[in-house]
Amino acid sequence: MTSQARLEPNSTAALLPEPFVRWFAERGWSPRAHQLDLLASAQQGNSVLLIAPTGAGKTLAGFLPALTDLAIRPKKRPGEAQRGVHTLYISPLKALAVDIERNLGKPVTEIGLPITMETRTGDTPAHKRTRQKLSPPEILLTTPEQLALLIASSDAERFFSDLRYIVLDELHSLVTSKRGHLLSLGLARLRAFVPGLQAIGLSATVAQPDELRRWLVNQNPAGDMADLITVTGGAKPEITILDSEEHVPWSGHSARYAIPDVYEAIRKHRTTLLFVNTRSQAELLFQELWRVNDDSLPIALHHGSLDVGQRRRVEKAMADNALRAVVATSTLDLGIDWGDVDLVIHVGAPKGASRLAQRIGRANHRMDEPSRAILVPANRFEVLECRAALEANYLGAQDTPPLIEGALDVLAQHVLGCACGAPFRADDLFDEVRGAAPYAALDRDTFDRVVDFVATGGYALRSYERYARIRLTKDGTWRVSNPRITQQYRLNVGTIIEAPMLNVRFTRAKGKSGAGSAQSLALRGGPVLGKIEEYFVETLSIGEMFIFAGKVLRFEGIRENECYVSSGGGGNVLVPSYAGGKFPLSTYLAEQVRGMLADPKRWKALPEQVSDWLRMQQMKSILPKRGDLLIETFPRGERHYMVVYPFEGRLAHQTLGMLLTRRLERAGARPLGFVATDYSLAIWALGDLGAMFRARKPSLAELFDEDMLGDDLEAWLADSWLLKRTFRNCAVISGLIEKRFPGQEKSGRQVTVSADLIYDVLRSHEPDHILLKATRADAASGLLDVRRLAEMLSRVRGRIVHKMLDQISPLAVPVMLEIGREPVNGEANDTLLLEAADLIEEAMGRA
Amino acid sequence: MNIAARDLVRDGCEAIAIAGVRAVCDQRGALHFPELDLLVVSDLHLEKGSSFARRGRLIPPYDTAATLLRLASVVEDYAPKTIVSLGDSFHDGEGAARLPDPFRDSLIGMMKGRDWFWVAGNHDPDAPDDLPGETVQELAVGGLVFRHEPSKGHAEGEVAGHLHPCARIVQRGRSVRRRCFAGDGARLVMPAFGSFTGSLNVLDRAYKGMFRDGAPTAYMIGTSRVYAIAGSLLRPG
Repeated sequence: MTSQARLEPNSTAALLPEPFVRWFAERGWSPRAHQLDLLASAQQGNSVLLIAPTGAGKTLAGFLPALTDLAIRPKKRPGEAQRGVHTLYISPLKALAVDIERNLGKPVTEIGLPITMETRTGDTPAHKRTRQKLSPPEILLTTPEQLALLIASSDAERFFSDLRYIVLDELHSLVTSKRGHLLSLGLARLRAFVPGLQAIGLSATVAQPDELRRWLVNQNPAGDMADLITVTGGAKPEITILDSEEHVPWSGHSARYAIPDVYEAIRKHRTTLLFVNTRSQAELLFQELWRVNDDSLPIALHHGSLDVGQRRRVEKAMADNALRAVVATSTLDLGIDWGDVDLVIHVGAPKGASRLAQRIGRANHRMDEPSRAILVPANRFEVLECRAALEANYLGAQDTPPLIEGALDVLAQHVLGCACGAPFRADDLFDEVRGAAPYAALDRDTFDRVVDFVATGGYALRSYERYARIRLTKDGTWRVSNPRITQQYRLNVGTIIEAPMLNVRFTRAKGKSGAGSAQSLALRGGPVLGKIEEYFVETLSIGEMFIFAGKVLRFEGIRENECYVSSGGGGNVLVPSYAGGKFPLSTYLAEQVRGMLADPKRWKALPEQVSDWLRMQQMKSILPKRGDLLIETFPRGERHYMVVYPFEGRLAHQTLGMLLTRRLERAGARPLGFVATDYSLAIWALGDLGAMFRARKPSLAELFDEDMLGDDLEAWLADSWLLKRTFRNCAVISGLIEKRFPGQEKSGRQVTVSADLIYDVLRSHEPDHILLKATRADAASGLLDVRRLAEMLSRVRGRIVHKMLDQISPLAVPVMLEIGREPVNGEANDTLLLEAADLIEEAMGRA
Repeated sequence: MNIAARDLVRDGCEAIAIAGVRAVCDQRGALHFPELDLLVVSDLHLEKGSSFARRGRLIPPYDTAATLLRLASVVEDYAPKTIVSLGDSFHDGEGAARLPDPFRDSLIGMMKGRDWFWVAGNHDPDAPDDLPGETVQELAVGGLVFRHEPSKGHAEGEVAGHLHPCARIVQRGRSVRRRCFAGDGARLVMPAFGSFTGSLNVLDRAYKGMFRDGAPTAYMIGTSRVYAIAGSLLRPG
């Protein structure tokens, strides 16, 4: 619980102007302690981080310094120059900026403050943007991308000359991405314009608040921190794990078994928010709920791929309390105002304790009442994970990921942006950039290479000097060489690279079934249902059914950037799988799950069928001790299997699988494939893996030696599609190639230059290029999770336990069931071509 | 090189016929006619990197080197009497003038002792600066005609480029897209040889009406060999 009004604080008492005191009093309210504390810190000239749960009045607290300062600021005298922006508010979402304008507008009007407040997002019309430049509002609500654009304009310094505060909302979610890197650089630039600038960060609870405190203030010299105000409390949520009579499945993510229980819970509550981890799960759950929805309860679907119009309608219905349940993927996909949620159901394991806390926080906006939440594990390992998350929640444990070093592709974008704004000196910009927390450890050599990259591409073959985008001039400053460069920069600003998406457009006409060509389509367009990943659509044949936007749709073909669909019927229905959105299991929860496995005393808290399962494992094989790595080997069919249980998340396991199969191949074990889950990894081979490990040819210690992260990783990475995808993003963000905009015709492909080709050429000619360096750093922390794999390998050294079995163990069942369901590896390769070619040879009777 | 060896189809290559003339689709993206002792490459797009760089896109300056290296290996393997570069040999009209000297020398080296034809393309309509070889609009040899842009409708015996064909198949739910030679036995569209060249699916409407059965057979270029894929298996996109 927060204590209410505390108007007698110490010497640092906040000065709340009279109109504010009256406003609070008239409503029978008093300012909350954290609101006054924040104001006091700000009035002393400090930057502040406010950590508070939802519903704590965070927004008003964040704006109080700005509002009070503006209230007492003398009016502009006639003839005085136009003032610049006073307060900048940055949010990760356009919708949030719009919402704040609405919510903050009310107190501003009621208090009678003569304050101008406007939003500026990608949707703001050009004439309004121009007007904002000439006559800026006192409070500007905007996004990180718009800030980058403002900084890159030639009048930036004047525009920001009166800036006093920058308010950063949802800071915890911004700082973990490249968007956060770009924002940190923007903040550093603003500090260069206005040295006294104060930053106010608003955040949910995080594991390392000091990281955010440093993030808010200049880190050159390093070490300074913003003041910290933490609002603890809010009532403890009541969380339970669904205890179903039904059989909890061994594997899978659909949680179909729990649908009747989930539906029953929805019926018993006013409004239920159902969270899932991926959009595919959202679509499936929505379908399943409607299948049993005998009462026709208004249940809606909400995820980031749906058409904006439809999302807004769902949000509005939610705010009007017209819905009984919404199936959603992430808190950030949602707008802000949703009425009276009295139950959160989390389907599937939450993957992280902090994520669970943030999602549950969405229920019940009044922080004094407890939120109710039900966790619905989709399989047996998830039961353990849910249990661990629940215990973590009661302990208040946090497992937000540590911040990573600033990305170099983002830095390249920023350097060009700075040059577009005004000429810069490399020494000054280097000092400035090091003030941004993610770049505090940047060395001069790397910085110079980035500047060189921006100028001429940074190639050893220095053939592009005459085409330089920025040039070092006689006065020692770098300048943009050509106004066209500025235009290009403006089109490419930002760090969000989406997988190419196609509009899903509804049509009545039906195409011919089979792998038809687009030419036969004579389709008339209906409404757009949303957007879907191109690579999924490309695997469909005309006539195939898939689920999207809560409907079963029949694929009718692709025309330009649109995927045409009609209403589908029964038959085999596919669910699109989406890139991203699959969070790996957090290190903290993994540790807890290992602990739970190792300690039979804790099994009492588990449903009986799950504890039975663990007891069976104890009898038939072994359960590893907390710090041990268990490896089981057993024969099955014509093959030999090894199952490894690191509990380090799917990404790290996939990387481990790739590397182990390479090593096993060299050892002559003839591995055939592998499949990874969040908990374990199974590899199968023709050779007798168990016998080989027992004969120490190779020994498991050798096989799991940390040196696999050296040459093997390098060699595998070289050809990996994962790295190519990462490179493409780096190439776009750094400005090497253009963003592909929606609506750009496919037939443009032959004139553009593909990132994959550039990657191949660069790798063979200049493997040390700065962009390849950026790519490797990205892949290591992102798609490959190399850091986590490295930690695991060093943790289990000398602690590998090998168990040879005659048959599959109970613990191995979940991962074994994934075989055949998951692609064996992500590469689309020549084997597929060979199969297709063989088909013809068969048909043609040619050998 | 002896005749018998020349008759052998190299590993990973695919033997075809165009209007009755035997040809070999080489995995590196070149087409060889053993009877005519003639090698064809199309859409080299040399100096594409520097062409982009002029407009502020500083893509790596190594494309010309990579393309010429591959070309040299093909030329060495087949040692043909005649070489046809089927248009868009340079990415833009000034490409040949920008060509760095070492590359010019290597190109001239390849041309030595052979007949070399530059077929005019839309990117490079004029003869390249300071390079030997004969520039032609099109070239007719032994019942075949070589031109840059494929003609509309059926064209028996035509070998063309320009479109940068690629093809896509889906097997076991996964999609593979590769550049390809596209042919129907009567005519052939060559893949682009240049190392930075993009590609266009053979089912795109740009190819409409060109092939006898609608979709051509795609000779898709894999990492170590060429795969002949029937038109009925191809997917758009």
